[in-house]
Amino acid sequence: MIWSSASEFFAMGGYGLYVWGSFGVTALCMAADALIAVKRHRSARAPQTGENG
Amino acid sequence: MAETRFFTFASPPRFYALAGTLIPWFWAAAAVLAYAGLYIGFFKAPTDATQGDAYRIIFIHVPAAWMSMVLYMVMAFWAAIGWAFNAKLASMVARALAPTGAMFTFVALWSGALWGKPTWGTWWVWDARLTSELILLFLYLGYMALVNAIDDTRRADQAGALLAVIGSVNVPIIYFSVKWWNTLHQGATISATAAPKMVATMLTAMLLMTLACWAYAFAVVFTRTRAIIAERERDAKWLNGATS
Repeated sequence: MIWSSASEFFAMGGYGLYVWGSFGVTALCMAADALIAVKRHRSARAPQTGENG
Repeated sequence: MAETRFFTFASPPRFYALAGTLIPWFWAAAAVLAYAGLYIGFFKAPTDATQGDAYRIIFIHVPAAWMSMVLYMVMAFWAAIGWAFNAKLASMVARALAPTGAMFTFVALWSGALWGKPTWGTWWVWDARLTSELILLFLYLGYMALVNAIDDTRRADQAGALLAVIGSVNVPIIYFSVKWWNTLHQGATISATAAPKMVATMLTAMLLMTLACWAYAFAVVFTRTRAIIAERERDAKWLNGATS
């Protein structure tokens, strides 16, 4: 194991902000893209309630 | 219909059903590959001698940058097929690819900025690699704006295809920019002609993350393609019988 403690892991050798900033924003973007696609499919399959579009 | 037999297998109802079956498997593959890639990347790959742990950004930066270029070429390809052969599904796939491609382009730029700050001392430089990647983001956004701005669906697809195909000249420029110009961005980490300049664990983590991004892209793009099919064929009989 290369990390001796959880805090050392999260510190990332002093680069924590950069490393977690990259991975965190990536996770958010990927989740958002997927959720938007799933919601779009759901609303396209939902029974029409009379509104346009 | 005989001359279009090849495309009849790509009919929207058939694709809708096939994609619906495949999507859960792509999600499962993405989860397993991402778990393995992140585990190796964060717990097995050693700290880099010169960059410390900042280098771990590579595990998302390089896969995202690869995906941004690959998805653009795939988008331009299907947009062109849709235009040339009047294949509706191909144009729908092109539309479905754009937001995911734009997302990966943004991620590549974002993670690049967060990697550039500690290693180069700057978030951004107007370097050939960075600038051409930014242009790629604008191409994706321009494509999406264009196809959504034109009401006539087929005309929108054609205009989008023209933009996507012309814009595809930017992708080789991104790829070769580090060779053609003297850039701050480093050269290719992985090339077909030279041994990788990385230790095996780092390389494994990066490749697993790339495969995870591929699986993710298939899952999301197929979901969005199904959404587009469902929107256009709302009143079709087959759709009401199809499983969601």
